[in-house]
Amino acid sequence: MHADLSLTVDGRRHELTVDTRTTVLDALREHLDITSAKKGCDHGQCGACTVLLDGRRTLSCLSLAVAHDGSEVTTADGLGADGELHPLQEAFLAHDAYQCGYCTPGQICSAVGMLEEAAAGHPSVVTPDLSADLTAGVDLDRTEIAERMSGNLCRCGAYAHIVDAVDEVAHREVAR
Amino acid sequence: MKPFAYERPDDAQGAVATVSADPGAAFLAGGTNLVDHLRLGLATPSTLVDVTGLTSTEITDAPDGGLSIGAGVRNADLAADERVRARYPVLAQALLAGASGQLRNMATTGGNLLQRTRCAYFQDLTTPCNKREPGSGCSALEGWARHHAVLGATHEPADVACVATHPSDMAVALAVLDAQVRVLGAEGERTIPLSALHRLPGGEPSRDTVLAHGELITAVDLPPSPIAARSTYDKVRDRASFAFALVSVAAAIEVVGDTITDARVALGGVAHKPWRATAAEEALVGAPATDDTFRAAARAELVDARPVESPRGGTAFKLPLVTAAVTAALRGLTGREEHA
Repeated sequence: MHADLSLTVDGRRHELTVDTRTTVLDALREHLDITSAKKGCDHGQCGACTVLLDGRRTLSCLSLAVAHDGSEVTTADGLGADGELHPLQEAFLAHDAYQCGYCTPGQICSAVGMLEEAAAGHPSVVTPDLSADLTAGVDLDRTEIAERMSGNLCRCGAYAHIVDAVDEVAHREVAR
Repeated sequence: MKPFAYERPDDAQGAVATVSADPGAAFLAGGTNLVDHLRLGLATPSTLVDVTGLTSTEITDAPDGGLSIGAGVRNADLAADERVRARYPVLAQALLAGASGQLRNMATTGGNLLQRTRCAYFQDLTTPCNKREPGSGCSALEGWARHHAVLGATHEPADVACVATHPSDMAVALAVLDAQVRVLGAEGERTIPLSALHRLPGGEPSRDTVLAHGELITAVDLPPSPIAARSTYDKVRDRASFAFALVSVAAAIEVVGDTITDARVALGGVAHKPWRATAAEEALVGAPATDDTFRAAARAELVDARPVESPRGGTAFKLPLVTAAVTAALRGLTGREEHA
C-alpha cells in the first residue's frame, strides 16, 4: 500500500510516493538520496538516525514517513548556512569528537536539539532542583551534557571529546 | 514487515469506531514501540489508525486542584511542565529517568502506558513465549532472566507461565499518584484507576491491560496530592542512563515529629504491572522514620516474592535490591525534610 506525501528536507521540498511501511529514515536515504542520517540499529537504540523533525530531535528510524506528511526535516547536511559549518560541526572538528564518523551526524543533530531543549528550560534527570524556575534555561555541566546525549551511542568511544565539543558550544551560546 | 493501510480519522470517536470494527487495526501514536514491533514482526496490523492530534496535547488544571494530562502530551513536555515538576516531582523524575531525549520527544502519555515488555524472548519470534504466542511456553524461566519479575508472576503451569515485567517508568509514578486513566470506547467513555489498567499475567499473559480492542486512552487525571510535593523516583539500572529499570521505586512520605503519618510506595521492574506496594505502605504508617522501618516495610512487600531461578541468571538479586532501593528512596525523602 502506497501513500503520496511531501517532506521539506534541509529547506528543500520533496514530493514522494512511498510504501506505508517506509520510515522517515528510509525515505531520506532510499528515496531522496539524502544519506547524512545514518542507519545504525534501526530499533531506536543507537541514535545514529537522529534528525530534527519539525524542530525537535527525533529518531527517524521509528518514524513512519506517512505519519509525517508535510513535516520539516533537518539533517546534519542542512545545519550550516551559506556554506558555513554549524558551530557544533566546527566544534566536533576542533575537538576530534569522532573516530569513524558514522554516529557523528546523529550526534550533532541530537546536540542541536538538546541545546534548544535546555535553553527552553527542559530539565534532565540530573538537573539538581526540578522545582526550580528554569525559564532562563538550564546550565549544562558535563554531567548534564552526558545525560542528555545518552541516546546517541558511539562505538568508537569518542564520548569524552563529544562532551568537550558540546560543552564549548553550550557555553559559547550562553555567553552570547 | 507486513503491508498495512494507514488512516487518519477526523476525531477520536472516528478512530475508536475504525479500530473497534476491525480486529486487524491498531492505534498509532508516537510509534516508538509499535514501529519497532512492526519491524520485528511482533505486531502485524492490517491497518494503522494514527491518533496523533486526535487526543489532547495539553496539560490543564483540574477544578479539584489536580492536573489533567492529554493522552497526546509528549513525555518530554510532561516532564518539563512546571506544575508537574513542582507538584508531582516523582512523575517528572520518572519520565526523565526513562528512554532518551529523542524518544521522550516522540513518546506520548497514552502510548507510554501501552508499551509492551522488553523481555528478550517476547521480542524474539524464534523462541517460545506465552505472551506472544499463547500456550507455547516461557523461555525466560530457563533462559537469560534479569529484567524479569519477582512479584505476581505466573511460574506454572508451563502453557501460561510468564515472568515479564512492565517497562514503563512513568506508569510507576502514576501508580503512586493514584492517577485515573480516561478511556474512550465504542460504548462511550470510562475511567480506570491506573493501578487497575495493567494486569498480572494470571492465566492469560498475552493481555497486558484490561482495555478492550478499540478502546483509546484519551487522558490521565492526577488528583490533588499534597504528599506528592515531597516525592521521588529512584531507578536502579545496568548503566547510568538510557536503560530499563532492574528495580525502581516511586515514593512519597509525610513525617510529623519522628512518626510517619502517610506513605505511598510503588515499584517498577518487579512485576507484570506497576506494583503499588500496599503492604509496605501499611508497615510504614505509624512507625518511626528510620532505616529499620524502611527495610522492614520493603521486606513486608516481598513476603510473597518468588524470583526466577534460571540456570542462566535469575532475579533473586532483586530482593535485596528492592529493600535497598526502597530504604534509600525513603531515607532521601525524610533526610531532605530534616533540612527543610
